[in-house]
Amino acid sequence: MENPYLPYPVRIDDIEIATEDKSLKTFKFVFLNPEDEDKFSYQAGQFAELSIPGVGEIPIGIASSPVEKGFVKFTVFKTGVVTAHLHNMKVGDIMGIRGPLGNWYPWDKLENKNVVIIGGGFAFTTLRSSIIYMLDPANRSKFKNIDVVYGARSPGMLLYREELFEWEKRDDINMHITVDGTDDPDWKYHTGFVPTIVEQNAPKADEDTYAIICGPPIMIKFTQPSLTQLGYKEHQIIMSLENRMKCGIGMCGRCNIGKELVCKDGPVFTLEQINQTPKEY
Amino acid sequence: MKFITIDKKDWAKGIEKSRKTYQLFGPVKDENGFLIKSLEHDILPDMDYYDSVMSAKSILFPQTEKMLCATLDESKKDHHIMKKAEIDYSPRAVVGIRPYDAKAIMLVNLNFDTDEYRDPYWCDAYEATTFVGLGINKPGPFDFSTSTGTGPFGEEGLDVLLADLDDKYLAKVLTNKGEVFMNACEFKTQADEKESQALFDILRKEAEKNIASHIDTAKLKEKTILELHEAPFWDDIAFSCINCGTCTYVCPTCWCFDIQDEVKQKDSVRLRIWDTCMSSLFTRHATGHNPRETKVQRVRQRFMHKLKYFLDKYDQGIMCVGCGRCVKSCPVNIDIREVCTTMNSYEKQD
Ligand SMILES: Cc1cc2nc3c(=O)[nH]c(=O)nc-3n(C[C@H](O)[C@H](O)[C@H](O)COP(=O)(O)OP(=O)(O)OC[C@H]3O[C@@H](n4cnc5c(N)ncnc54)[C@H](O)[C@@H]3O)c2cc1C
Ligand code: SF4
Ligand code: SF4
Ligand code: FES
Repeated sequence: MENPYLPYPVRIDDIEIATEDKSLKTFKFVFLNPEDEDKFSYQAGQFAELSIPGVGEIPIGIASSPVEKGFVKFTVFKTGVVTAHLHNMKVGDIMGIRGPLGNWYPWDKLENKNVVIIGGGFAFTTLRSSIIYMLDPANRSKFKNIDVVYGARSPGMLLYREELFEWEKRDDINMHITVDGTDDPDWKYHTGFVPTIVEQNAPKADEDTYAIICGPPIMIKFTQPSLTQLGYKEHQIIMSLENRMKCGIGMCGRCNIGKELVCKDGPVFTLEQINQTPKEY
Repeated sequence: MKFITIDKKDWAKGIEKSRKTYQLFGPVKDENGFLIKSLEHDILPDMDYYDSVMSAKSILFPQTEKMLCATLDESKKDHHIMKKAEIDYSPRAVVGIRPYDAKAIMLVNLNFDTDEYRDPYWCDAYEATTFVGLGINKPGPFDFSTSTGTGPFGEEGLDVLLADLDDKYLAKVLTNKGEVFMNACEFKTQADEKESQALFDILRKEAEKNIASHIDTAKLKEKTILELHEAPFWDDIAFSCINCGTCTYVCPTCWCFDIQDEVKQKDSVRLRIWDTCMSSLFTRHATGHNPRETKVQRVRQRFMHKLKYFLDKYDQGIMCVGCGRCVKSCPVNIDIREVCTTMNSYEKQD
């Protein structure tokens, strides 16, 4: 068996500023050894450890989609030691990626279902991966209606803006983009917080409808009642948790909620599962 | 089962012979008490020790261990590409390990050797190591190992179990690894199997009689995680804790670790370092949010992990071998035996 702590070497192929305040950047990586790309075969919803020798490692959701080949992408918010260092790195620099890690959104279970995706702030990365995956011509017919509620503070803080506006024009996905507020008179989309937009726009739940939520704890907390009101049961609400992590493979012991390790048994759980564990996230 | 008699006069000579093939570890005394350390040159394991301040886990899981290294020198072709650090996995033997510490290693192994991932640092060290145990004739007041499935003459996790019979050791050879070690020492005087086993049984019974403290874990299983987690007693249990982490560092079954990078000139290393769930940094997010912000939450985590999560996850008993180290070392006398009793006897009031 291979050493699960040893990252694959990668080269930074592109860096894009993702939000107007420059606090988020999207990094595109290419594997130095092409065979590593096959080994790094992932599903939408998984994460990886971005590994900078001499600096440290950080768990980051995979923002590229399994249907996009030749590279992997991550969108990173600058906040502490490793993320700040990464923000200062340049195209061409060499670092490492370890993974893919964790479980993923339950794609088997979601087949032939309506899927509602709810995201807030910069926790939209694995949701982007998921949307690209579902919209892929080879996959779109596997799912029924797709709705997306995505909100950020202001228009300039929305991630993947060009893609959002592309999706908005399509008829096989219902986009509900929102911002907390804006002074842009030409803003064509919603204003208001995610929970309210969910209540007003998300489809009512029948047995065949599932919601995936990703966002800051406060958004998740206030969105749950909206979903309950729309008839979503605990097992129809799927969430991705973020706990502080180190190893990412269930060994270092810090990311647990009860006996579950968020890095290995998660990060994706249903609300039903979460409600059976201590709320230590 | 094979038994071997070792005259104490031949002990040192035999141990010296084993050094040809083995790197030796064992109990040695320093100003802080006994520790299980590398036995350099002609140092012999101090077999008269009572118990050691720290357990033997550091032989497989050092307090600080190099995992990976990389050069940051951009003139080198492989700069910023991490490689596994060179670690010596030639045969090693821990001589004089206590049975509860060997059992603890079996429990920690459940964490590091899984179907999905194998931690190579632990697993390779584990495979390289022979465990030569020493039965405890007179267990101390903190020992409650008979309640945790091991006891003073427990055999689980050992390759050889020695019984101290004043002028000689009687060795029970439990595995092939143990046999190879005994051969390396040239300890060859076979003892009668039946008689020897009878002697071991007597010693074990005598020793077990000396163990005065017991815990009952029978009812932990039937309670739900949430029931115990939300129980009202945690504030009281945690009240005096100063979150020093001692209980976790001295514990032979605690395995949590941190990963940190260090740089010297152009060389970087990735280290793993023992960590403790008693520290608030253990779970603090970069945002400042902390799922276990308070002391009570952290104390509860330690006991819930040991006495409930581990039990439910592996169905191999609790994550405690009853060595009593945490009880003995805690500056404010927090006692896992009492906490276990409280948890085990808790009935939720509706
Ligand atoms: C499954 C998962 C997916 C994530 N996806 C993203 C993403 O797509 N984009 C993004 O910007 N951020 C994401 N995060 C959060 C990100 O991991 C932290 O912001 C990051 O680790 C902070 O590292 P730092 O070194 O800059 O901060 P410091 O405060 O200096 O942290 C030191 C170390 O602590 C650990 N750590 C600190 N905070 C966190 C945290 N919130 N989660 C996990 N480990 C932490 C890391 O090992 C980090 O290196 C994700 C976290 C998890 C668990
Ligand atoms: S040794 Fe005692 S005081 Fe220190 S962290 Fe453990 S329980 Fe708390
Ligand atoms: S919890 Fe305490 S008594 Fe139990 S194994 Fe750890 S240190 Fe020993
Ligand atoms: S991050 Fe190490 S156990 Fe989850």
